[in-house]
Amino acid sequence: MSGTRFTRRRVVVGFLANAGAAALDLSVWRMAHAQPVREIEIVAQRFKFTPNVIDVKVDEPVMLLISSLDYIHGFSVPDLGIRSDLLPGQITKIQITPNQVGRLDFLCDNFCGDGHETMHGRFNVME
Amino acid sequence: MQRRDFLNLSAVGGGAVFLSALTACASDLGSYKAQASDFYFVQLSDAHWGFQGPPNPDAKGTLGKAVAAVNALEIPPEFIVFTGDLTHTTDDRDERRRRMTEFKSIVADLNVKTVYFMPGEHDAGIDRGVAFQELFGPTHYTFDRHGVHFIALDNVSDPGSKIGDEQLAWLQADLARLDKNALIVVLTHRPLFDLVPKWDWATRDGARAVELLMPYNNVTVFYGHIHQENHHMTGHIAHHSAKSLIFALPAPGSQPERTPLPWDPAAPYKGLGFRELHVTAKGEHFDLTEFPVVKA
Repeated sequence: MSGTRFTRRRVVVGFLANAGAAALDLSVWRMAHAQPVREIEIVAQRFKFTPNVIDVKVDEPVMLLISSLDYIHGFSVPDLGIRSDLLPGQITKIQITPNQVGRLDFLCDNFCGDGHETMHGRFNVME
Repeated sequence: MQRRDFLNLSAVGGGAVFLSALTACASDLGSYKAQASDFYFVQLSDAHWGFQGPPNPDAKGTLGKAVAAVNALEIPPEFIVFTGDLTHTTDDRDERRRRMTEFKSIVADLNVKTVYFMPGEHDAGIDRGVAFQELFGPTHYTFDRHGVHFIALDNVSDPGSKIGDEQLAWLQADLARLDKNALIVVLTHRPLFDLVPKWDWATRDGARAVELLMPYNNVTVFYGHIHQENHHMTGHIAHHSAKSLIFALPAPGSQPERTPLPWDPAAPYKGLGFRELHVTAKGEHFDLTEFPVVKA
């Protein structure tokens, strides 16, 4: 009896080990073959974003790597309902996937001084 | 017609605009209308003292002209309220105080005993309202006039354009002692609703303030920030923005950028002005009359 249980346990453990290995193989395969998310660096500094006109493709996920040089600026994309504070000395990562062709505005939404009103930019979302 | 939705806008002579916003009917008002008496006050906004640039070649003269225009009103108003951006922002703390002092000196010529001041982000956003409080006092407060409860809300001292938990709790406590039919006027700088978020014409937690106000039947909001008249309803709450005293801005969302409208030498001071708000004796509605800084 005990030998049978032992055998069954080995089968189950072996199955799980194989399944785990298969899952690991699949994730490794996906990592090797997945389309990398395009990264876009943006610098925020009174009173502009650089770059402030950015071309992206519709349904393309992009990772924004935003750094502020001088102030806790805000980064807001109102039409996507996304915003974040940009702490100087840190890189703020925001992933977006625009799903409509056209203009997508972003702005600093933390009042940062005389010129705050000009601190904005846009994504040109193209086919 | 739904009485609270009634909004009638019509032009009258001289380019002035008369607006009647019915905020409640007599049966709703109950005893509150009996408390309200006939009076009017003036709203001025967005003077941006210290600004210099092509959008207003008379930047140093416009505020004084507005003071003279208010003083020329046939009947002096009960009081005056400035709904923010008294001064144009500066990083220099001494210059900020100098501008505020100069502003105070100019508006001291108003022939009105009581003037209420509120900050805009240009006054308070850089130093979280420290200089404003030194020179003008608290950034949020309440007062009562002739049966009308006024609430001045600060949505600018936090540079993220937030009213904040603490002030919202204060608002909630203030409202809690009022009857649901109380006549309430909210004064603030930025719109409490999302007018044009991509132009930063919003208050990040403004919806929470509107939610607190919503159970009250007779609420009207007067604000500035957008340098033009705008009239908007969130449910039964009317929101009216005021013109500026320095330069006009484009209609909400009408163009890609919110750049100031160019100065028109053929029509100087066009788009600038102030507002008279008449509260009827019955407390049933506000009559809004718009005045130019300089008569054409």
